[in-house]
Amino acid sequence: MKTSKVRKTIAEINERIRQGRAVVVTAEEMIDVVERHGNAEAARKVDVVTTGTFGPMCSSGAFLNFGHTSPRIKAHKVWLNDVAAYGGVAAVDCYLGAAEVAEGDPLNSVFPGEFNYGGGHVIEDLAAGNVIRLRLEGYGTDCYPSRKQEKNILLHDLRDALLFNPRNCYQNYNCAVNMSDKTIYTYMGVLRPRMGNANYSTSGQLSPLFNDPYYRTIGIGTRIFLGGGRGYVAWHGTQHAPETPRSPNGVPTGGAGTLAVIGDLKQMSPEWLKGASFLGYGVSLYVGIGIPIPVLDEEMARYTAVRDEDIVTQIYDYSMDYPGGGAMKSLGEATYRELRSGRILLNGREVATASMSSYYRARQIAETLKTWIEKGEFLLGEPQALLPSVSPSPPEGRRKR
Amino acid sequence: MSATVTRKVIIRYSAENVDQPIACHLAKKYDLDFNILKARIFPRREGVMVLELSGTKENFDAGVRFMKEKGLRVEPLSKSVTRNTDRCVHCGACIAFCPTEALHRDPGTSMIVFDPERCNGCEFCVTACPARAMSIDLF
Repeated sequence: MKTSKVRKTIAEINERIRQGRAVVVTAEEMIDVVERHGNAEAARKVDVVTTGTFGPMCSSGAFLNFGHTSPRIKAHKVWLNDVAAYGGVAAVDCYLGAAEVAEGDPLNSVFPGEFNYGGGHVIEDLAAGNVIRLRLEGYGTDCYPSRKQEKNILLHDLRDALLFNPRNCYQNYNCAVNMSDKTIYTYMGVLRPRMGNANYSTSGQLSPLFNDPYYRTIGIGTRIFLGGGRGYVAWHGTQHAPETPRSPNGVPTGGAGTLAVIGDLKQMSPEWLKGASFLGYGVSLYVGIGIPIPVLDEEMARYTAVRDEDIVTQIYDYSMDYPGGGAMKSLGEATYRELRSGRILLNGREVATASMSSYYRARQIAETLKTWIEKGEFLLGEPQALLPSVSPSPPEGRRKR
Repeated sequence: MSATVTRKVIIRYSAENVDQPIACHLAKKYDLDFNILKARIFPRREGVMVLELSGTKENFDAGVRFMKEKGLRVEPLSKSVTRNTDRCVHCGACIAFCPTEALHRDPGTSMIVFDPERCNGCEFCVTACPARAMSIDLF
């Protein structure tokens, strides 16, 4: 049998997408394709593997330009539905952070606080087309004399609304447990005492950066599914850490790569952007992201066939180790297959697991993206620069920080 | 012999009938096993009690009739526990908290399934859900 190496370019794949000839499968389906046909044949057959993730992602937010008022105001302070946005960007630009809590919220003064509304919910309401109360305060200048403005707005009324999330799509994330004797309330959800539950938050084998572990194809300019619309990878995300130790298959064994993503909020839908309230912690935003991965060669076929049982994460104690901020000691490792089964074994005990990230929604995103590409509605974005990475050359398992 | 049924009910008292020893009558007169899942009862004020009742179908029906004759409002617990399907994102943050597996993941679709009949009204899911999809209207 002929064993010539497979080599494809993104331009060639895009041409096939335009002709309606591209073969697209989801990251779940790719596992079967590689199992049945091997890496080389899978690389020959499949052009694009679609991935998806849907979870609460802090470090999200939106740049909003609400247009000039009459008389004009230099909006020094800005609130949307009583959630403060940062007005120091320009006269009528602001940045609304997903984790900002509504003014007047009792926070944790009655512990644990409920945090029912915040920036993430405003973004969801904007995407849903709901009316938002915009409140502005200025200090008055010769060119911007107004000191106070208040009006109802819709997303449609905004001149520009860009979702810009500085850190999304974490490549792996901690699994959280609570070793103390009292319930704790964290950004990883409610953790019951004495390892009552173990909470995790990735879509495992469907998650974008698990399917391209060294970011060979994902870079600045990669076109993505973002919140139901089309967005782009803008940069590597904050806290991007490619040097995290990796398994022999190249997949990091703890939190590693991240992405900064950008897109037009006006294209997005509340189905894929949902406000989140974490009891005793605060607010956030569920974000849906899907990334198409071009199968350029056999190596990419192998990467995109990664399975839940081949991906591990670290289990940390969020009662002592995490809040302390010092070096954290992993209590053990679990694979995503174990985590998704609903039970893991930790210190000889069965612990119930709960996911913060929705596998069901992640699968829907990968399927949607697949349909878009198959219909020729979505072409792959050629990365203009790749993200900082480490060399995949062996020995992969021994890479250290 | 009639089949045994097990049902969870919410019993709502008004200020006038809150002093009646209902659970005791259900056990003695109607041979119903009762398990008090939740109760908030104060003298001369409205009150709520959630009971799990087991017994024959006839006795269960007769017990419910008896409570209604006494002026109490009785309804299945499942009617008071709701999931807002527009808000649920099927993440599964709730399932480790649900003691009765009323909330569980369908292994095929990965969707979170809610079976109100299995719910015991503990309310853990209400606080564990980041999307605020679960609500329980007991009190």
